[in-house]
Amino acid sequence: MSSVTTPLSPDTVPGPAEPGRLQKRKQGGSGGGLARYIVVRVLLIIPTIFILVTLVFVLMRSTGDPITAALGGRLSAAQLAERIHAAGYDRPLYVQYFEYLGHAFTGDFGTTLSDNQPVVQVLLTYGSATLELAFYALIVAFVVGIPLGMVAAYYRDKGRDAFLRVFAILCYATPVFFAGLLLKLVFSIWLNWLPVAGRASTSAELAMQTLPSPTGIYLIDAFQTGDPAIVGDVLSHAVLPAIALGLLTAGVFLRLVRTNVIGTLSTEYVDSARSRGVSEIRLVRKHAYRPALIPIITVIGLQIALLLGGAVLTETTFEWKGLGFQLVHYLQARDFVAVQGMVALLAVIIAVTNFIVDIIAALIDPRVRY
Amino acid sequence: MTEPSLATTPTAKRSIWSRIPVIHQLRQSVGLQRGMLIAGLVITGIFVLVAIFAPVISPYGYAQLSDAHGQFGAQQAPGGAHIWGTTVGGFDVYSRVLWGAQTAIVVIIVSVLLSIFAGIFLGLVSGYFGGWLDRVLVVVCDAIYAFPSLLLAIVMAIVISGGQSSLWGGIFAAAISITVVFIPQYFRVIRAEAVRIKAEAYVESAKVVGASNSRIMFRHVLRNSTRTLPLIFTLNSSEAVLTLAGLGFLGFGIEPTSASEWGYDLNKALSDVTSGIWWTSLFPGLAIVLGVLGITLVGESLNDLADPRLRGRRAVAGTAGVVAETSVVPGGTLTAGPGGLGGLEGGIPGGYGSEVRP
Repeated sequence: MSSVTTPLSPDTVPGPAEPGRLQKRKQGGSGGGLARYIVVRVLLIIPTIFILVTLVFVLMRSTGDPITAALGGRLSAAQLAERIHAAGYDRPLYVQYFEYLGHAFTGDFGTTLSDNQPVVQVLLTYGSATLELAFYALIVAFVVGIPLGMVAAYYRDKGRDAFLRVFAILCYATPVFFAGLLLKLVFSIWLNWLPVAGRASTSAELAMQTLPSPTGIYLIDAFQTGDPAIVGDVLSHAVLPAIALGLLTAGVFLRLVRTNVIGTLSTEYVDSARSRGVSEIRLVRKHAYRPALIPIITVIGLQIALLLGGAVLTETTFEWKGLGFQLVHYLQARDFVAVQGMVALLAVIIAVTNFIVDIIAALIDPRVRY
Repeated sequence: MTEPSLATTPTAKRSIWSRIPVIHQLRQSVGLQRGMLIAGLVITGIFVLVAIFAPVISPYGYAQLSDAHGQFGAQQAPGGAHIWGTTVGGFDVYSRVLWGAQTAIVVIIVSVLLSIFAGIFLGLVSGYFGGWLDRVLVVVCDAIYAFPSLLLAIVMAIVISGGQSSLWGGIFAAAISITVVFIPQYFRVIRAEAVRIKAEAYVESAKVVGASNSRIMFRHVLRNSTRTLPLIFTLNSSEAVLTLAGLGFLGFGIEPTSASEWGYDLNKALSDVTSGIWWTSLFPGLAIVLGVLGITLVGESLNDLADPRLRGRRAVAGTAGVVAETSVVPGGTLTAGPGGLGGLEGGIPGGYGSEVRP
């Protein structure tokens, strides 16, 4: 091991090592502004979606054709071959790939093998449940993560900070399904306060199905019935899954708010505000917190992916019949057409959400768009 | 790429002891941060020890269903011969939790090593040569990075094992699935560093002297771009445990007869909970939490110590120049800390919480 020759010059990159995701460097980017930024971002999500869809296709098909995977062993070789031929899986892979791309482009992500439903239909049916769960979880994450993050930043390196940081790490370290199991055990089984699983009780579900225009989002449907008992039923079912999934994200928010508020608390304008006699609470909540929000908004975009991954596990734990629950169902049925379609479509959703979040960040903070 | 070289810094001529990454940070830290780091190291150490000595400590095998006294019986409450009870499949919970540490460690090692090698290589080539290859790799890695890692790992698990795993096949399937998720992280960090370093004067002089591309890449660029690796290494290790457990929970884990895996046990415990059986889920779950907690505490502490804004502060913040220097060389000996030399190694008595607000 020889010594490395030249020292790194001290004037290079003082910031943390996270390479900027959004900041597509443009030289001399004084003009252009928001419109140009949006155009660049739109052009960037096209390759992203294309790559993800291609990746999923290549990976899933490298195992062989879906029909053998689903039915292999149950049918004779001749029957299998016949089915494979009928579905077109015996053609060259690149032909199938372009066909798949063409279909995906028009919004057709295939038809599930096991129950013969268009994948897009599956997504529409179950997506609302996942959306609802993600929404509740985000509320929990905001309510828990942001105030606690401010507290931790203010009491930096003191007892409260240490406690909150360990709490944040615990939020991250606890798998959502274990958190879910514990919550179920304590609040549903031992205390018997909340329902064990599902999105609503059977009677409430029946009442909501008879609505003229059910949205699939149970909270809205429950309000449509006008029956407070149903609203309460839906909400009580949502509490535990929302906490299990929300705490995961809350830990991330807590750390993020803490780091950023620590940064802004040491700025000069905070000092000057303090010297003007602004109260400490107001100092944290207005002066330090507002500018710290910007990085948080950009990170929420990344949280969507975490949230969706967590939703798969949470939904399985609580039998919350959303996308993740359904995905696991298809995985167990070895219905890889459905899996491929759902994963590809989820990739599209994530890319689009990230795009929207980036635009919002650019609207709020002019520095992002250079 | 050996351990000591991770912390190689311009200020050479230090003992091997102070160049081992974590040891150095341990000496650099003070107060609360040191407490967190030590707590993390202790938990991680226990975790590793349990993994190594699982065959010795655990009273039964991970797939053992009976002993001299006959069958264990399913869902036996804790007590007697089974201090943590038995699972629905009739395994001893205590033994399976201990053996699970071994599986987790093996998966961590395989997945992190694979992703380090692949990610570093791709990042170096991409950052150093630039051009269209760089652009393509960046877009691909960004796309993968934005994708839910668990979904990607599921897809990979299907690809590798068809969703069904045997002995080492299962461990490798899980490890490689996790690897694919991690490669973009190493890639991005190393690439960013390579792009920065290749503009440095010493790279240019190496070129002038006539050093080959590969020599410059591996000797000059790589050696100087590894400063954040210990940090990502720890964070990834904890994520590997979680992803493995997630895969196991969804039924893509390792069969109980091949190895013990906590996520699988939790999956089987899902229905137990409804009937109030707590021991089958509590212990494997706590094992995951503790393992991840330990590793994350170490990672968090390393992160804070590498970032001058978050490092435990004393007196007044340092000047910009000093901050830049320390942040470039987090593993190096701190000749000047944010607050000057005072107490960097020893710690100031009462230094914490006694800082004066301006």
